[in-house]
Amino acid sequence: MTAYLSASAAVDPSLKLQRITRLNRWTIGAVLAAILVFLPIGAVVFLSFGESGDIWPHLLRTALPEYVGTTLWLLLGVGLSVFLTGVTTAWLVTMCRFPGRRVFEWLLLLPLAIPAYVMAYAYTDLLEYAGPVQTALRALFGWQSARDYFFPPVRSLGGAIMFMGLVLYPYVYLLARSAFLEQSVNVLEVSRVLGKGPWQTFRSISFPAARPAIVVGVSLALMETLNDYGTVDFFAVYTMTAGLIDVWLGMGSLTGGAQIATSMLVFVILLIALERISRRHQRVYQQTSSRFRPLPVYPLSGWRSAVAIGLCALPVVAGFIVPISVLGHLSVVYFDRSWTSEFKMYAFNSLALSAGAALMTLMAALFIVYARRLKGGRVLGVATRIASLGYAVPGAVLAVGILIPFAAFDNALDAFLRKTLGVSTGLLLSGTVAAVMFAYMVRFLAVAVGQVDSSLEKVSPSMDMAARTLGFRAGATLVRYHLPLIKGGLFTAAMVVFVDCMKELPATLLLRPFNFETLATYVYRFASDEMLGEAALGSLTIVAVGLLPVLFLSRMISRSRQLNVVSSVGDQ
Amino acid sequence: MGTGCRRSRFVSGSLIALFLAFINGRAWSESAEVNVYSYRNPQLLEPLFNAFTSETGIQVNSVFISKGMLERLQSEAENSPADLIFTADIGRLTDIKAAGLTQSVDSASIRANVPEQFRDPQDHWFGLTSRARIIVTAKGVVPPGAIARYEDLADPKWRGAICTRSGKHPYMTALIASVIAHDGSDAARQWLIGVKKNLSRKPQGNDRAQVKAISQGECDIAIINHYYMALMLADPEQAVWANSVDVVFPNQSDRGTHMNVSGMALTRHAPNKAAALQLMEFLASERGQKMYVDDNGEYPLKPGIPWNALQTSWGTFKQDDISLTAVAAQRAAAIRLADEVRYDN
Repeated sequence: MTAYLSASAAVDPSLKLQRITRLNRWTIGAVLAAILVFLPIGAVVFLSFGESGDIWPHLLRTALPEYVGTTLWLLLGVGLSVFLTGVTTAWLVTMCRFPGRRVFEWLLLLPLAIPAYVMAYAYTDLLEYAGPVQTALRALFGWQSARDYFFPPVRSLGGAIMFMGLVLYPYVYLLARSAFLEQSVNVLEVSRVLGKGPWQTFRSISFPAARPAIVVGVSLALMETLNDYGTVDFFAVYTMTAGLIDVWLGMGSLTGGAQIATSMLVFVILLIALERISRRHQRVYQQTSSRFRPLPVYPLSGWRSAVAIGLCALPVVAGFIVPISVLGHLSVVYFDRSWTSEFKMYAFNSLALSAGAALMTLMAALFIVYARRLKGGRVLGVATRIASLGYAVPGAVLAVGILIPFAAFDNALDAFLRKTLGVSTGLLLSGTVAAVMFAYMVRFLAVAVGQVDSSLEKVSPSMDMAARTLGFRAGATLVRYHLPLIKGGLFTAAMVVFVDCMKELPATLLLRPFNFETLATYVYRFASDEMLGEAALGSLTIVAVGLLPVLFLSRMISRSRQLNVVSSVGDQ
Repeated sequence: MGTGCRRSRFVSGSLIALFLAFINGRAWSESAEVNVYSYRNPQLLEPLFNAFTSETGIQVNSVFISKGMLERLQSEAENSPADLIFTADIGRLTDIKAAGLTQSVDSASIRANVPEQFRDPQDHWFGLTSRARIIVTAKGVVPPGAIARYEDLADPKWRGAICTRSGKHPYMTALIASVIAHDGSDAARQWLIGVKKNLSRKPQGNDRAQVKAISQGECDIAIINHYYMALMLADPEQAVWANSVDVVFPNQSDRGTHMNVSGMALTRHAPNKAAALQLMEFLASERGQKMYVDDNGEYPLKPGIPWNALQTSWGTFKQDDISLTAVAAQRAAAIRLADEVRYDN
């Protein structure tokens, strides 16, 4: 790019000036977007500079070591679980052929639509002492009470790892799958010609190429784990987020809470930095023409295909079919108590908010990522990273971080207009749907940036150079050349953000206007009071509404590798 | 040319925005409505609000906020649309007052309906209902009279028999705070250590979940708010849990059973003060108080309101009449104590 710029400079100095201002427009826009998104996080960091009294000595002496320890174990457990489940299933459905593969391709996405806390409720109902499983075991073996046998407690660190792993692995699955789909056929064929088997090809070709995407998937899952409060609270697992809420609301110290939040951010920044360093010299460009030829796949038969089916079925059954059955049963039992005429409106609210936020987030992500590609440089690199931090902050804290700048803006505008024009605007943005949508964008920008970045990274810079040489401007290059190439990745990003918005609770709860419910807040009404029966129908609806785009976009992703559709029809 | 066009668009855009805001502002000041921020679950309050609207024609707009309400009020400052705040415990009422977000209410009718110990000395907040923190015991397992006081829960003979929710939930915090206020912090520490040793499982779930655990044989004794009994009895599945326990009103021989309140406060910058006052008076009136008793199973604060059947069957009991502010003052100490004895771990 630099070479191209200096070449054009030699031709005409005024052209150079024009180019630079145009490029700067992208840079400035991206930096502004990043600053806007950083405001809430900045507000939280700012809050942490206050005086928190002797809360830290108290915490260090009592609960803090456990909060940190539990958090680390939880991250380790969930990280391993989503990595193994996501990569294995993505590789199997993309690179192997076995009966049911095409169904599993989208079945494996379904757990994404289930909020982690709903999963926790459903499994607790199933596996606790009075649940059907333990009751059946007691009847079978004649045990009288809990003292007669051992059954792993559901509400525990182990339970949290297992159930969070089950709802979070689709992040890794999705990203890994689209990375595997974008692989270069040429390289895979060379690997085959050299006599490498599936495992060796996976280890030396597919996995390294997909690594950026996999890392993004795992780190999204980990950030989600870090900011989760609903599940760990329900399971009485005391992580740093649980401790933060406790310090903030129990001890009444927002400053103390913000300090814990900020130290968690440092944690995340270190994680991100480590990941960047580990793949510094490892950029993989793939020749885009190759994607329009079918991938060379491995047909499986006999026990191999049985194992593949089993590996793919396990997360689907445990992560979707079982919890949906539990919720379905409860919904039927409690239908009369939970069905209301407003249900459709709540569903519409959820849908419209999430769709709008997904679109906004995707556009912001594309803008930021593309500006960095155009301009490079440290500033934009940092801006991208910063824009992603919102994901790791617990929703309730982030929401407070949004309240503060929004209300400050509203109040300042109001004061200014009162003074100059004698009109009062009141609160323009605070307590409106706009604030909620902004919260979604801040929170889930990381998801979109990660996906768009890892897709765009695979497009060779020679594409840009060629397009620019042909006289296309930066914007036209993006629209005409890049977007068609990375549309699979874009759909993925939009879909994940959409589903995340559908499930989002704490920020929606705090920032929403009067008399406004989404499905998630409606479920929370009951779930927070341990009325799982009444909450079941709403939970099912969240899942159902969330599933529509999952299924739709899943088809689009498959089609993004067009010939693949034709070839897989052939081998069924 | 281009910039001129953009500028005129900016001007007309701002004009439209101003106009909208203007309409908005007028709507707030003229139509009869009340805006509510609530810590309480909406399903508990909605029937009351509906009754109020049908009686007065005043619309009640509400939003249920579980975390961050104080911060929302603080940052919205004098432009906050909120008129009233509802909470389910004394702690958050005193917090909101301490943050300077409330104002004093001068209403003879509320003062007549809410006894003095259940309202703020400066009339910044008012209790609406009271709830007893009772002990429930497994029917046929724990003999009647075996547990009579909160202090008995620390007796080593109940090792592995007790279930409670998190020691840092506002309901538990208030109970621990009341023990600190009555017995002093050393005695309270010994007591909480004793209770902790007697727990059959790590504190988890809400009050209903503890009764469920008893019905399933996981433990024999639990501490809950009394109205959960009524709510569970009204639920097809949970009635079984409620029927598996006996109810104990603790400390009848000495200070009485620990009570907490649900309450309300008028915000400092309430834009619809007159309508808000009407709602406050309605809730403290005979009709409002009766609904709280019949729909939610809470105890009325207005004297002379008839109890529901369940409350009548339990009969009258001695209530701890320590001032609520004295209990609220020990909240921070109570939470630290729970951390120190590692109650939740």
